[in-house]
Amino acid sequence: METIKRLYQNYLNKKKSKDFTPFVKKSQRSFWGNVILGLFLLVMALAFFFPVVYMVSQSLKPMNELFVFPPKIFVTNPTFDNYRDFANVLANTVVPMSRSLFNSLFVVVIGSVGHIVLASLCAYPLAKYKFPGSKFFNQIIVYSLMFNSAVTMIPNFLTIAGLGMLDTQWAIIIPGFASTLGLYLMKNFMEQIPDSLMEAAQIDGAGYLRIHFTIVMPVVKPALVTAFIMVFQSFWTNTGDKFIYTEAQKGFAYVVGQVASGKVAGVGTSYVGISSASSVIMFAVPLIVFLIMQNNVVSTMATSGMKE
Amino acid sequence: MAASKISFKRRAQLTLRDMKRGIPLYIMIAPFMLLFFVFVVYPVLKAIWFSFTDFNVLEKANFVGLRNYQKLFLDDTNFITAIKNTFIIAVIVGPGGYIMSFLLAWMINELPHKVGTVLTVIFYAPSMAGTAVISVFTQIFSNDSNGYLNAFLRSLGMNDPILWLSDKEFIIVVVILASLWMSMGVGFLSFVAGIKGVDEAQYEAGAIDGIRNRWQELWYITLPNMKPQLLFGAVMTITGSLSVGSIGDSLVGFPSPNYASHTIVNHLNDYGSIRMEMGYASAIAVILFLIMIVCNGLIQKLLRKVGT
Repeated sequence: METIKRLYQNYLNKKKSKDFTPFVKKSQRSFWGNVILGLFLLVMALAFFFPVVYMVSQSLKPMNELFVFPPKIFVTNPTFDNYRDFANVLANTVVPMSRSLFNSLFVVVIGSVGHIVLASLCAYPLAKYKFPGSKFFNQIIVYSLMFNSAVTMIPNFLTIAGLGMLDTQWAIIIPGFASTLGLYLMKNFMEQIPDSLMEAAQIDGAGYLRIHFTIVMPVVKPALVTAFIMVFQSFWTNTGDKFIYTEAQKGFAYVVGQVASGKVAGVGTSYVGISSASSVIMFAVPLIVFLIMQNNVVSTMATSGMKE
Repeated sequence: MAASKISFKRRAQLTLRDMKRGIPLYIMIAPFMLLFFVFVVYPVLKAIWFSFTDFNVLEKANFVGLRNYQKLFLDDTNFITAIKNTFIIAVIVGPGGYIMSFLLAWMINELPHKVGTVLTVIFYAPSMAGTAVISVFTQIFSNDSNGYLNAFLRSLGMNDPILWLSDKEFIIVVVILASLWMSMGVGFLSFVAGIKGVDEAQYEAGAIDGIRNRWQELWYITLPNMKPQLLFGAVMTITGSLSVGSIGDSLVGFPSPNYASHTIVNHLNDYGSIRMEMGYASAIAVILFLIMIVCNGLIQKLLRKVGT
């Protein structure tokens, strides 16, 4: 155990020193190189941020500005009316809003956390050990990412029906666990962990599970975070297709989608405003999760100073 | 040579021994793999089987041999158009999006941590907002002379507004631009996380060894250190750029005027979700699957040359 502690301490020290060293010796940065990079980044950032700015500005427009012609990008008299209308519609649905919100939260939380645990457990052996079948599993995971899901929905429906999970939350959660995208991402990051780190732990008598939770998981934190964001988003925005399995358990995203597309009675033309408010809210949730998670990843991998 | 001389019996014994040693590893991957085989592999195999039948969801599937494939390539001119469009889009969006996400991730890494995080969010935002931002593109590329792009071109002296969303020459251009806008997805996030993981000590060593500028640093140190992320990004790019479809749907409707932006995925959804000819749709999915596998093989070969 001593060696692991020492190595891990070493790693933490490295990490600390990296975060707080004011300068890192790198090759020269030319001034004009910096200017060009900066300008390029600025232009790109403006281009990529434009849709979001537009979306937010649209949601703050009062009715007369929404339909003004020619259309304007920025709002002149910002108002929160659209958000109020949106809240009103949601408050007056037949099935209370809290129900669909709860449905969504339940699926999102259990689904994302469960996926990360199961997939990371599977990713570690596949990334770092050779055993009979490991090559086959690795290949099949990559290929599984390439098959269009539109045609696998019916076999899946039959399986889910056979397992008696129809019309329950589990019909979304359990197949969601098996999403290979997060697994593949984590596996690729784990491949970079130096073998020496794990060998040392093994010599000290740590089992695979112990190595997994005390060494591998902390080291690949950036990948875990990325995978979490990805999974979170896919569960959160899950509106249509997968719900053929759970007609009775609609989630928040589905209800909002119905409201936003004007399919709820009594909304009328004001759905344009409501719909823009709803897209901002639907977008804000993963954004907040993203920011919280990103803030937790200060820096990086344990590879410092440990080359094979 | 030595390996091939070992008798079959001996090899079986060795494999068995390795399997026994790997039992803890098998236990670790078992929960995920079980779900993976039930909810991913089995449906895919089933869909491949459907592609040889006339399955239409309602009636029992009859085996028809290769008739679906024959019909696809010989009788279905829309499918040929779809293949052509998909390749046009993928050839630009694939490498374009891939290189752009890498370069942006790399530039972000040159900035202070806080600024970098903000920029990461900005670039990822369009992918995170998903279909909600499509309305912005509709507004930008609007056909009338007050669409943002047309208004801009008019102010430069152009007379007639360009019919971006109905002229078949331009539809595909718009789809490509919108897809590029949305292409900073998970691959980009993994690049950002991966670049942070490159050991600073290597840059210092590189500077001593005579690496002069950031471009050399990029080619000789950063890229070779990021192979797992580059691979992950490549798979994401392949699956993403060859599955463009929904963006065109939301921009110009389905089917696109004169099938100008009809892609393989559009074709697949047409038969799979609208006409419910599941057998035929499965055949399309299988072909798309094969195209992706071939592309993946080619790109893996290319990536092996990085940093040499």
